[in-house]
Amino acid sequence: MADNALFEFLHMEIVAHVYKEQATREDIDKERVTCVSTLELMGFRVGQGLIERFTKDCPTFKDDLDIMKFLCKDLWSTIFKKQIDNLRTNHQGTYVLQDNKFALLTQFSSGKQYLEEAPKYLAFSCGLIRGALSNLGLESVVTAEVSLMPSCKFQVVIQKL
Amino acid sequence: MAVCIAVIAKENYPLYIRSVPTQGELKFHYTVHTSLDVVEEKISGVGKALADQRELYLGLLYPTEDYKVYGYVTNSKVKFVIVVDSSNTSLRDNEIRSMFRKLHNSFTDVMCNPFYNPGDPIQSKAFDSIVSTMMVQAC
Repeated sequence: MADNALFEFLHMEIVAHVYKEQATREDIDKERVTCVSTLELMGFRVGQGLIERFTKDCPTFKDDLDIMKFLCKDLWSTIFKKQIDNLRTNHQGTYVLQDNKFALLTQFSSGKQYLEEAPKYLAFSCGLIRGALSNLGLESVVTAEVSLMPSCKFQVVIQKL
Repeated sequence: MAVCIAVIAKENYPLYIRSVPTQGELKFHYTVHTSLDVVEEKISGVGKALADQRELYLGLLYPTEDYKVYGYVTNSKVKFVIVVDSSNTSLRDNEIRSMFRKLHNSFTDVMCNPFYNPGDPIQSKAFDSIVSTMMVQAC
């Protein structure tokens, strides 16, 4: 993969662009919701494509936990050059992925400054995780929370049919 | 050299199916459809063989009197099916595997194309040309 900085800059611009587009329209209430959805959908499609490419040479996954481990180790290392620091599960379909130094947030601050702006920059990554899982056969809902930059937690709830 | 190549989506509908036009296409559609059952059986066998490291290549699915059908499934549950002529006995396992590898690579490229929506029929010319190189030349 090319230098990380390229993707980080592109990502910042994408977020800024989506918000600027939305600001030209009248309705301010719906603004945040539609922007976050747009970013999440972008991440979803990218996640699907990435998974296709990265699992080309892997053997089939045995179960959900195996898939989550692949996501935390291989996928995260390839995209963000590091692994997820902590994976917790309740063995009933809920997983919490904790990254203590999330690549897309390191440039913002190392504490509480700019905390309100952080969710915008996590939407794409949530979509990425959801797209990756969807292409591997797991429908899920992914949310992110951040309390202290640059560490953040992604919560994945697998939807069992 | 294949007589028919098909790509089937996760939900078991065909994304791409192409056969040598001199023979009845309907017969190939039917053969591919019935081979799906065998594929499902092989995939569901994963849970039982615990220590087994599952491969993506499924091997010979079933032979009929005229044709042999080979299968391959990706991690995103997209299935590739290749039908070859039984009379062509010179085709070894390795060659079939390499055909599937090429198909998989080509499919990955289609997937990463931003103009392609997952789930739509495949219309990429690049994918078509890869498939043509693998098909029997129509006389």
